Amino acid sequence: MTSITKPKIAHPSLPKNELGLTRREYEGGMSTLCAGCGHDSITAAIVEACWGMSLRPEQLVKLSGIGCSSKTTAYFVSGAHGFNSVHGRMPSIASGANAANRELYYIGVSGDGDSLSIGLGQLAHAIRRNVNMLYLIENNGVYGLTKGQFSASADIGTKSKKGEANQQPPIDPVLLALTLGASFVGRGFSGDKRQLVPMIQAGLAHPGFAIIDVLSPCVTFNDHEGSTKSYAFTREHYHAAADFVPPSKEIAVEYAEGSATVVPMHDGSHVRLRKLETGYDASDRASAYQYIEAKLKEGEYVTGLIHASDGSGNEMHAVNQTSSTALNKIPYSKLSPGSATLAKLMDRYR
Amino acid sequence: MEPTDTGNPDYFHKVVDCQWACPAHTDVPEYIRLIAQARFTDAYLVNRESNVFPGILGRVCDRPCEPACRRGRVEDKPVAICRLKRVAADHRDAVAALLPKAPPKGNGKRIACIGAGPASLTVANDLLPLGYAVTIFERWGLSGGLMRTNIPAFRLPAAVLDEEIGYITSMGAELKLNSPVESLKALLGDEGFDAVFIGSGAPKGKELNVPGRADSDRVHIGIDWLHSIAFGHVEKIGERVLIIGVGNTAMDCCRSSLRLGAKNVKVMARKSREFFKASEWELEDAESEGVEILVNHSPKAIQTSAGRVTGMLFDLLDYDLEGGRITNERVVGEKLIPCDDVILAIGQENAFPFIERDLGIEFDKWMVPKVDPATFQSTRPGVFFGGDAAFGPKNIIWAVEHGHQAAISIHRYCEGREVTERPARGVTLASRKMGIHEWSYKNDYNPVERRLVPHVGLAERFKKIRIEVELGFDAAQTALEVQRCLNCDIQTVFAAPLCIECDACIDICPVDCLTMTENGSEAELGTRLKAPRRSTEQALYVSAPLKQTGRVMVKDEDLCVHCGLCAERCPTAAWDMQKSTVHIPHASFDEAPCQATPSRKTA
Repeated sequence: MTSITKPKIAHPSLPKNELGLTRREYEGGMSTLCAGCGHDSITAAIVEACWGMSLRPEQLVKLSGIGCSSKTTAYFVSGAHGFNSVHGRMPSIASGANAANRELYYIGVSGDGDSLSIGLGQLAHAIRRNVNMLYLIENNGVYGLTKGQFSASADIGTKSKKGEANQQPPIDPVLLALTLGASFVGRGFSGDKRQLVPMIQAGLAHPGFAIIDVLSPCVTFNDHEGSTKSYAFTREHYHAAADFVPPSKEIAVEYAEGSATVVPMHDGSHVRLRKLETGYDASDRASAYQYIEAKLKEGEYVTGLIHASDGSGNEMHAVNQTSSTALNKIPYSKLSPGSATLAKLMDRYR
Repeated sequence: MEPTDTGNPDYFHKVVDCQWACPAHTDVPEYIRLIAQARFTDAYLVNRESNVFPGILGRVCDRPCEPACRRGRVEDKPVAICRLKRVAADHRDAVAALLPKAPPKGNGKRIACIGAGPASLTVANDLLPLGYAVTIFERWGLSGGLMRTNIPAFRLPAAVLDEEIGYITSMGAELKLNSPVESLKALLGDEGFDAVFIGSGAPKGKELNVPGRADSDRVHIGIDWLHSIAFGHVEKIGERVLIIGVGNTAMDCCRSSLRLGAKNVKVMARKSREFFKASEWELEDAESEGVEILVNHSPKAIQTSAGRVTGMLFDLLDYDLEGGRITNERVVGEKLIPCDDVILAIGQENAFPFIERDLGIEFDKWMVPKVDPATFQSTRPGVFFGGDAAFGPKNIIWAVEHGHQAAISIHRYCEGREVTERPARGVTLASRKMGIHEWSYKNDYNPVERRLVPHVGLAERFKKIRIEVELGFDAAQTALEVQRCLNCDIQTVFAAPLCIECDACIDICPVDCLTMTENGSEAELGTRLKAPRRSTEQALYVSAPLKQTGRVMVKDEDLCVHCGLCAERCPTAAWDMQKSTVHIPHASFDEAPCQATPSRKTA
């Protein structure tokens, strides 16, 4: 929280994107989160990613549920569309919005509470339905808004601020998403924008459901010694294993056979997955699952683009064979053909 | 890069651009905050400590602080620092009781100051509280030097001069008016002064040797002519006046002409506008009064008829420019401009007819004395120079600083200490954090534009030569202008051991001046900053390696607007906003008073 307003002035030689806009023009309102909150860094990464992709602000839809994480949609791209939904119900709103207008970029921002507790069923079905959106979980392992109780992502043995150790096993959103068939699964850290910004851009460009679990320390309730989601612990157990080349139209560098996998993005660009370690193939769901699970047991957070495959085949619109244009662009007469046509249709079932 | 040494007094001083640029290092942000609180007397005293003449300088200072002002880097115009100084001077209460006083018993040392201009007066101001007996010799019947004789009263009223000079003379300086010094030898010898300070200015106007120069008494030397106006000897001038030269003296000459009856005044410049020596605001003021400035005119001859000037002939020049410098010039024509008077304002020089050449005071080939730029001592120990007399024409604020430095030297000299050993500068830092989201300074950025100072109407101001043109800011203007100051002296101070590398400061900084990255050389690090480095004039503030990743925090001081958001968003108070107070030594504060011993000469 801050009492000083961020001045509108900017660095005079701030770079501009293809639309002639600076990063500053992708900002939103002043954050009211605690100073040092990881979520604010993720907000900055989203700003940077949208600016870098030269998105027109009105091309973006930001959706959220309830929680500290869900407040953050107010803090970026103030010119975008937005919907702040009921606790855990953001995936339903996103599905509905996406069904009506498939031409926009959808970014859902949620937290470990909103996604893994109250909204777990909603998340699971959005993955299953393969809604074309980027789903960000700002994961800090605690319920920050209600003073730091353990959340469903808290690791066994992690300590609360008062020193109590957690006994219940966590739900890992990455393993969950791999199990449910998500075609784009990543893990990032709020303190590493170098990795996070391109991953957000790839997630936005990915056709189908893209999920990124972002470790985002709660500076007030979960940044102490003994916590497994503090800044210090995350940095010590940070394992950037899954590397990739961010989306680009040209393939400038040729890779040796088998060292990189090319995944097509819906705007015609490609993400290339690099193999950093032998035996780990990010394009292969099963081997990614095994690798992540093994590393989690060792207490390591594997970060980067963990799994990506072509998600366009079973994307929600493809499966439902919906109209290829947004509903708001279809003339009303076509969208609502009138009672005569309805009567004709009904006659077929009599 | 090595971690920045913020204990170096110059490090944070340089961040306070106005204070760094000011020759006397006036603590500008501090006095602007005091004005914001309507503490005009305190603001005046903060000024006076370093610049001695806030009321005078608040009107006619050359303002090196304003082009340096940080506000000018994020907006078009700098803070109106000089105008705010005048606000403090105009609205203060009586300060006489608050000023330093001479001790009841002197130290027995006698100092002579030659010339009653700003440099000599500053020397007296600094030495009197230490117990020195200071005698100021002034050639004319009024004190103030060129401040009185060369700056017209419509820019600097006599009452302002009298009051501020009065503070020094009433401290006990002996002011001998109408007392030109005839012989320095006598001062040093029979008259028994322990040290002599020469602050006699640059009183000699440069001549222009062109045909016809000597054929009329209507060709005037600018500074002498202004002097005659100041003393009431000249009260009118012809209708058509040409001013030769385009410095600040030329501006005073053309505007004075308009007040003495001239209808058509032209300033003749040899080169184009970018080479003008006059301050931008003085040019503006002159042009707004209807003065015409003609460029690329080189004087060729003055035409006269029976002792009267009829016109002046000029060569029209054309220049080749390369990278802002003239590489070639040629004459492309000739032009006759009819006129009644010609005023020469092409520069001024020192003159030391009173210095005997066998005193051990060395002069260079241009007959300028050899003066040490740090101690202001001449080649003869005990004789010091300052102001325009030392290194040629500069301005009032430089003269004041010369006076401060010379006073330190004179005191050390009289105590038998090395004049080359100078008292050290220092810096103290004190946090401005009062509590959560609470700072003891106003840090909200106010986007208001620079206020324009009101002027007396164009018709009204020409009625009398003594009508002061600038009126000074009113209360509403002052209230807005003070908000434009960015408080550059409230420094962002970083404590590397506290940082948890959460990026909060970097994300919030409005001007992207922070970066957390791997260390490197200054040049290389400069290429990896979040926002491109525009200038290397300001330093990169580099932290010690950070605990978690070993990276360093880098801050480009160039564009920081001191809004305090980095400190406000920092969860561990690794960033803090701290007021830096730069300690600038002055003789009257930093030196122990002389022991009361008999004068060296009389003992």
